[in-house]
Amino acid sequence: MDDVKADIEQMPKARNGEEVVIAIKGLKKSFGKKDVLRDINLEVKRGENVLILGKSGTGKSVTIQCIVGLLTPDAGSLKVFGNEVAQMSDDELKQLRMKFGFLFQSGALYDSMTIRENLEFPLTRVLRLNDQTEIDKRVEDVLESVGLLEAIDKLPSDLSGGMRKRAGLARTLIINPEIMLYDEPTTGLDPITSREISHLILEIQKKYKTSSIIITHDMECARIAADRMLIMDDGKFIAEGSFDELHQSSNKIAASFFKDIL
Amino acid sequence: MAEEITIPGWKKWLEDIGDQVAFFFKFFRNIFSGGFEWGEFIRQCYEIGYRSIMLVGVTSFIMGVVLIVQLRPTLVTFGAVSMMPQSLSISFVRELGPVIIALICAGKIASSIGAELGSMKVTEQLDAMEVSGANAVQYLAVTRILATTVMVPLLSLIGDVIGLFAGFLAINLRDSISFQLYFHKVIASLGFSDLFPAFVKTIFFGFAIGFIGCYKGFHSNKGTESVGIAANSAVVTASLWIFVIDAIAVQVTSLLFY
Repeated sequence: MDDVKADIEQMPKARNGEEVVIAIKGLKKSFGKKDVLRDINLEVKRGENVLILGKSGTGKSVTIQCIVGLLTPDAGSLKVFGNEVAQMSDDELKQLRMKFGFLFQSGALYDSMTIRENLEFPLTRVLRLNDQTEIDKRVEDVLESVGLLEAIDKLPSDLSGGMRKRAGLARTLIINPEIMLYDEPTTGLDPITSREISHLILEIQKKYKTSSIIITHDMECARIAADRMLIMDDGKFIAEGSFDELHQSSNKIAASFFKDIL
Repeated sequence: MAEEITIPGWKKWLEDIGDQVAFFFKFFRNIFSGGFEWGEFIRQCYEIGYRSIMLVGVTSFIMGVVLIVQLRPTLVTFGAVSMMPQSLSISFVRELGPVIIALICAGKIASSIGAELGSMKVTEQLDAMEVSGANAVQYLAVTRILATTVMVPLLSLIGDVIGLFAGFLAINLRDSISFQLYFHKVIASLGFSDLFPAFVKTIFFGFAIGFIGCYKGFHSNKGTESVGIAANSAVVTASLWIFVIDAIAVQVTSLLFY
């Protein structure tokens, strides 16, 4: 933990002097004969919402799974807070993961536990809190911030898709992460709920001062939540810019994402 | 997205053995690392033990009755009908009870653990636990494996008692024996060399059931059909391990006691 903190102070700076929390250079990952990531280069600055857009199967989810150490890259450098993830011991990786919030596509709520128990789980098992009053307060505060306080004692199976996403978000936010990774946060939701979740991502960025990588193919989410966007195709980034810049882009793949946007 | 690597069957089998050994060491490393999950362990003991009592009880009762009904004609032929309590107690306590109850538990418990953890894997709950920095092996696998290691021997003891009691009822269907005489004969026929090895092997049976269930769940693929495969393969592998452990236990027991 101390090592990670020390490295945060010596974190690399981007060219404009901003802190870089995630730095990826030449990342490659294959599954059998299939090269999923060919050459990924990415820098995420502190407090920035970076959105990765791309068709299914282009390697977006694999990229963020490499960042949290769920998958090991075959080649390249992947540094989080200045530390090379591939060289971390199990304990260092565990400490690093405490700084991440990962919203899975399905929400990934523990279905045998109520929402309260889901949220208490990282507090008691990861942060090792014992004070029940403090635990209750943190659970209620974070549920209130995602607008789900009324569902506190419900099971995940009793919630709608949007509510499950909110509960999943609450569970990741409860340990005050510095980096949020969203894996298709609006997939499977109706347009209104999708928009609510996109605005919530923006609120989280402001309230919790998080840096985020958002994986999506939802253009409305991109418009609302992204500070910077990258378009991924065939295992590498082919275009980068703001929503408006990419909207004007002559790149064919980028244009195909924006064709229905006025 | 990811293309499957085509590897020969024997390599896959060796890989699987390697994974099982790695999971075995992971289990031991995580038993007490950063505290023990007592709450989850007790919940699992209740789920695995208490909720299996009815099944084990009914099966043992039927087995006790069937064994007596099957034994009687042979013993009558040899004029040894009075040996029915001893024959039942030795065969039931030493071999049939532990093995059949372990097989029943493999069917019920290993499949349910495999399916539950497999489904958690498919719905990314295991990844979510891992990514949050929580110890998924300690919370999910250690508690379940230790719960089966404790509860299967207890279920086996309960099954033995019920099976022997069923034998008493079955004998009295055709013949007549008092409760005191029946249990006097049963207890007198059992020695340390019958009870101790039988109990010790049920501990190994319990461990195998929990271990295989957890291993199959943790290592299932992502996809709904893999939940079924994990459950099915947990039952088959755990049952196979029960016979392997039993064969080893018989050899060790005969070396040590006979």
